[in-house]
Amino acid sequence: MIDSSAQMRRYYALYTMSFFAFILSLGILERYGMPPRWIGYAFLFLTIILYATIGVMARTSNVAEYYVAGRKIPAVFNGMATGADWMSAASFIGLAGTLYLTGYQGLAYVMGWTGGYVLVALLLAPYLRRFGQYTIPDFLGARYGGHVARLVGVFATVLASFVYVVAQIYGVGVITSRFVGLQFEIGVFVGLAGILVCSFLGGMRAVTWTQVAQYLVLIVAYIAPVAMLSYKVTGVPVPQVMYGQVLQKIETLEHKISSDPAEVDVRHLYLERANTFSARIAGLPESLVEERRLLSVQIDRLKSSNVQMRDVFALERQRRELPKTPDAAREYWDSLMRQAAQRGEELIHHVESFPGKDEAASNTARLNFITLVFCLMIGTAALPHVLMRYYTTPSVREARSSVFWSLLFILALYLTAPAYAVFAKYEIYSNLVGSAIDQLPGWIAAWGKVGLVSIEDINRDGILQLAELSLNPDVIVLATPEIAGLPYVISGLVAAGALAAALSTADGLLLTIASALSHDVYYKVFRPHATTQWRLVVSKTLLLVVAVLAAMVASQKPATILFMVAWAFSLAGAAFFPALVLGIFWKRANKAGAVSGMVIGLLVTMYYMVRVQFDKIPWLGINGIGMEPWLGIQSTSAGVWGVAAGFLTIIVVSLVSAPPSREIQSFVESVRSPDFSR
Amino acid sequence: MQTSQKHKDYWRKNLRITTILLAIWFVVTFVVSYYARELSTIMFFGFPLGFYMGAQGSLIIYVAIIWFYARYMNALDKEYGAREGSD
Repeated sequence: MIDSSAQMRRYYALYTMSFFAFILSLGILERYGMPPRWIGYAFLFLTIILYATIGVMARTSNVAEYYVAGRKIPAVFNGMATGADWMSAASFIGLAGTLYLTGYQGLAYVMGWTGGYVLVALLLAPYLRRFGQYTIPDFLGARYGGHVARLVGVFATVLASFVYVVAQIYGVGVITSRFVGLQFEIGVFVGLAGILVCSFLGGMRAVTWTQVAQYLVLIVAYIAPVAMLSYKVTGVPVPQVMYGQVLQKIETLEHKISSDPAEVDVRHLYLERANTFSARIAGLPESLVEERRLLSVQIDRLKSSNVQMRDVFALERQRRELPKTPDAAREYWDSLMRQAAQRGEELIHHVESFPGKDEAASNTARLNFITLVFCLMIGTAALPHVLMRYYTTPSVREARSSVFWSLLFILALYLTAPAYAVFAKYEIYSNLVGSAIDQLPGWIAAWGKVGLVSIEDINRDGILQLAELSLNPDVIVLATPEIAGLPYVISGLVAAGALAAALSTADGLLLTIASALSHDVYYKVFRPHATTQWRLVVSKTLLLVVAVLAAMVASQKPATILFMVAWAFSLAGAAFFPALVLGIFWKRANKAGAVSGMVIGLLVTMYYMVRVQFDKIPWLGINGIGMEPWLGIQSTSAGVWGVAAGFLTIIVVSLVSAPPSREIQSFVESVRSPDFSR
Repeated sequence: MQTSQKHKDYWRKNLRITTILLAIWFVVTFVVSYYARELSTIMFFGFPLGFYMGAQGSLIIYVAIIWFYARYMNALDKEYGAREGSD
């Protein structure tokens, strides 16, 4: 495999065309009766075999090729690879759904995950490329002299990346189990195989070229269904431009829905239900006993009359599922109360910025929006698996252009996501709401089975009101082909795209963790004299161990995974951003300042997250640590405090301790400007 | 490595363009978002402006900032006769 630009362009043009031909032929086969399950298999296995082939072709036993792809990746391809590396299962599946549910507030993710690249381009990428080593801890080690800064960097890298990679592997399990019907745990390990064939043999070089292929799959898969939907609704297949019109139609629909008497009634019923639960919580522990007694009375009454046994069983199950202890009951009823209260709330208007009951609530919403944007941006500019990609370009100039290409390729998805949400909302508000519950389209039942959609006719009028429908955010992207009545091959394509997004991100992250441990800890700290061959053996072994560990954690289906991903940004931002930026732009920053700044940034962030999010940690036996958020800022934006604390600590501690040595200062010079001497 | 006048000039120009572009980034990101409620009374291509800026406007400005920086700095490298990487 030769990494020459013109040749690679030809390869990938050919590849894209054959991918389209593949989709087309599957579409034709479907018309002639190919069962959906086979289409699912075809997409899953063919794409994984394809990635594996690229992985095997790009295998390498050269250290520079393994860690940084031999620094031979042209800017455009590095941009595509960064795009795939960056866009995870969460961007692909979750973003449009979040925008559907929260309207304007969700745009914080769109802005944050793109605006961070401005910081990468202006403050980090060219300098890291000029430094030209292998990992981010490498830079910290060189700039702040010695192993301490390097090891703190390794710790933060592993912490942020591991959480993130678990989420990707979890996503792979969800996709394979839903579309191909594999068991979740088996799906996780099939996905793991798909990840390992790329990164294990060829390291960064194989991962990069696979990611280019994965980018092409995921972007086609993301845009195709919404373009078709746009064509159906507006007659023009360019959703990014056309959704302004649809947005106005949605506003009209929103007014119609929120003034519909049945809708008002339904929301009122939900609020009443919330009040019932809150009364029960207040009446604990007696209310639990009372609840059990009431159910028993009802069951006895039903048994003595001649109703169907099914109803009796349902009640008996309800009684069996009642929480055993008052504490468990408080938790259980509290979550039910929140659910009911949420469904009873006023409808969110899609374009309204910072909705709130009054001025103060609206201002808190605004503060949370702005702080979340800030954390996501800083986090983007500090996640090691993204920054590492800029080591792989041939020159500093290419690194600068490469950030431009990265963001351009990323925008293809991020400009589409808000349109996705709007078109899906239009379909649901105009066609679904107000129809008879026994005549709902098939996708509701299909996705209801896997628990992503649920419907409750709370006012028993046989008609679906908006508040009676509850959607998991993931369903928007996964079910849009069915909502729009497109053939199954498009659903298969979406699944392949989601898989590509999850695999590519997981590959990049695993490689980052393995390099941090093998290069920074093993080679730089413990065995500086290890042979190159041995270093690769260690790196590949660690990759395998970390991958299997991550798959094991993912197969436990941890419930807090989505929170943890948002936290990864705050953690990475607080740990790396101040130390990296000050390391380049402020010569006076020294080792003591950087190390204490990184540690304090991390600690402040973790402290805030944990205390705002949890009241107790049962497995550590800690209780009653919950606190009120400062200024009403949510735990996902904890990085605001951490980043500020990090900057402050580095500056103060550096100023009170001795300035860095001459060598370090001239090192900073060498990173700042190019060599003019020749 | 020696710090010549040339290095100082190069670095000063780099800092200036970085500051200007960061200021634009800051205004687009934080100031515009802060006034999103007020901006939403203005319509733009059928979108309320506040919403448009969050969904598309700011993204396009971000990519333009990065494009301009790469172009400016790559030209500056050439002007100062920098030699690095494989070129």
